[in-house]
Amino acid sequence: MGDFDVSVILDNLPFLLQGLQLSLVLTALAMTGGIVLGTLLALARLSELKPLAVAAGLYIDFFRSLPLILVIFWFYFLVPLVLGRPVGGFYSVLIAFTLFEAAYYAEIIRAGITSVGRGQVAAARALGMTYTQTMHHIVLPQAFRAMVPVLLTQGIILFQDTSLVYVVGLKDFLTSAELIATRDQRLVEMFLFAAALYLVLCFSASQGVRLLQRRLAK
Amino acid sequence: MIVFDRVSKWYGAFQALNQCSTHVDRGEVVVVCGPSGSGKSTLIKCVNGLEPYQAGSLTVDGIEVGGRKTDRPRLRARIGMVFQNFELFPHLTALTNICIAQEQVLKRPPDEARHKALTLLERVGLIDHANKHPSQLSGGQQQRVAIARALAMDPMAMLFDEPTSALDPEMITEVLDVMVALAKEGMTMMVVTHEMGFARKVADRVIFMDDGRIIEDSQTDAFFGKPRSERAELFLSKILSH
Repeated sequence: MGDFDVSVILDNLPFLLQGLQLSLVLTALAMTGGIVLGTLLALARLSELKPLAVAAGLYIDFFRSLPLILVIFWFYFLVPLVLGRPVGGFYSVLIAFTLFEAAYYAEIIRAGITSVGRGQVAAARALGMTYTQTMHHIVLPQAFRAMVPVLLTQGIILFQDTSLVYVVGLKDFLTSAELIATRDQRLVEMFLFAAALYLVLCFSASQGVRLLQRRLAK
Repeated sequence: MIVFDRVSKWYGAFQALNQCSTHVDRGEVVVVCGPSGSGKSTLIKCVNGLEPYQAGSLTVDGIEVGGRKTDRPRLRARIGMVFQNFELFPHLTALTNICIAQEQVLKRPPDEARHKALTLLERVGLIDHANKHPSQLSGGQQQRVAIARALAMDPMAMLFDEPTSALDPEMITEVLDVMVALAKEGMTMMVVTHEMGFARKVADRVIFMDDGRIIEDSQTDAFFGKPRSERAELFLSKILSH
């Protein structure tokens, strides 16, 4: 540790930030897509139409049984086959993350929807609201309010998981750090820096979630 | 206006309603009473289709509630309902609670909905609480907002499912006062309640249920005088004894 060299971090900062940008963009997009798709899956799973509920259940169980890294691999090879043209690593990974995360979000959102009392649904129905209006204006707003902390926590896990994109040759933050570490033989500096950055980002995010939780509990 | 004709309902093997026949005419106030588990809440929830029935016929303003082609959301929009646990929407203010169905279901412009809501809040004595959330209101206040929310839809009839059962005693009167005023204005009302004072004061008829059956269906005076069924007598002696 005697020759700890900060300059290797500073010199490569633009490259590292580019990697961080990829991680953050991927997290934001996959989270948004995952929550939208997850909401639809949760509604389908709770549907009174049996085939729809079963199909949604199968989807959720399927993706929750697979390791994420396998799904990333899979879509990297599968998506170009389905579309008939290459889509590039980023889009295949984005699709993989979205579909994978949706399964986890669906279970979180389902719990949120079930936590809204049946009397609320009855009251909305009694006022003449349709199923869609009841969900949109009465049930989902209450469900999301209860679920925001858990949804964000899942987002933090997603952010950490974006480091898996190295398997298809994308350079996220951790992969970028690793590349420099091996190239310049500066393993200690780079991996300490990477750990510190993950720690700062994720720790402040979870503190933010805790604050939010306290505000929502009021 | 509301006509039950041999309505029966089962939960699995358990029969919750057994060949119930009765009616509520326009402008009439009918109180439904009976021991808990007698099917009175189930009966009233059939009227707007919150509970389906399996046999018999139930029409509201000539429309078969359980009909295959019946547009139930549209029918429900014309029937107000007040619940035992108020069921105000906790994420909305009192004002928005009253506006939301007006805007979403009746497609009223926001200004008109708001005006209507404020008028009704004034009427139930809660104009100063318009911007509060339900959790900031007492039970009695919440139930009065719930009544205003139902009235905002200009319903042809109002259903009350034990509206005062979840209230502290000192708050029961403020809710009953609103209901009495409503009855005196000629609103068609079907009320599940144990408040026999209310029944005596404003009900035209009283229905007594036990075991999923309508045991007694009589004019209010006749119900509280003699003669009447043994079971109704027993029930009344229990709830009027103190």
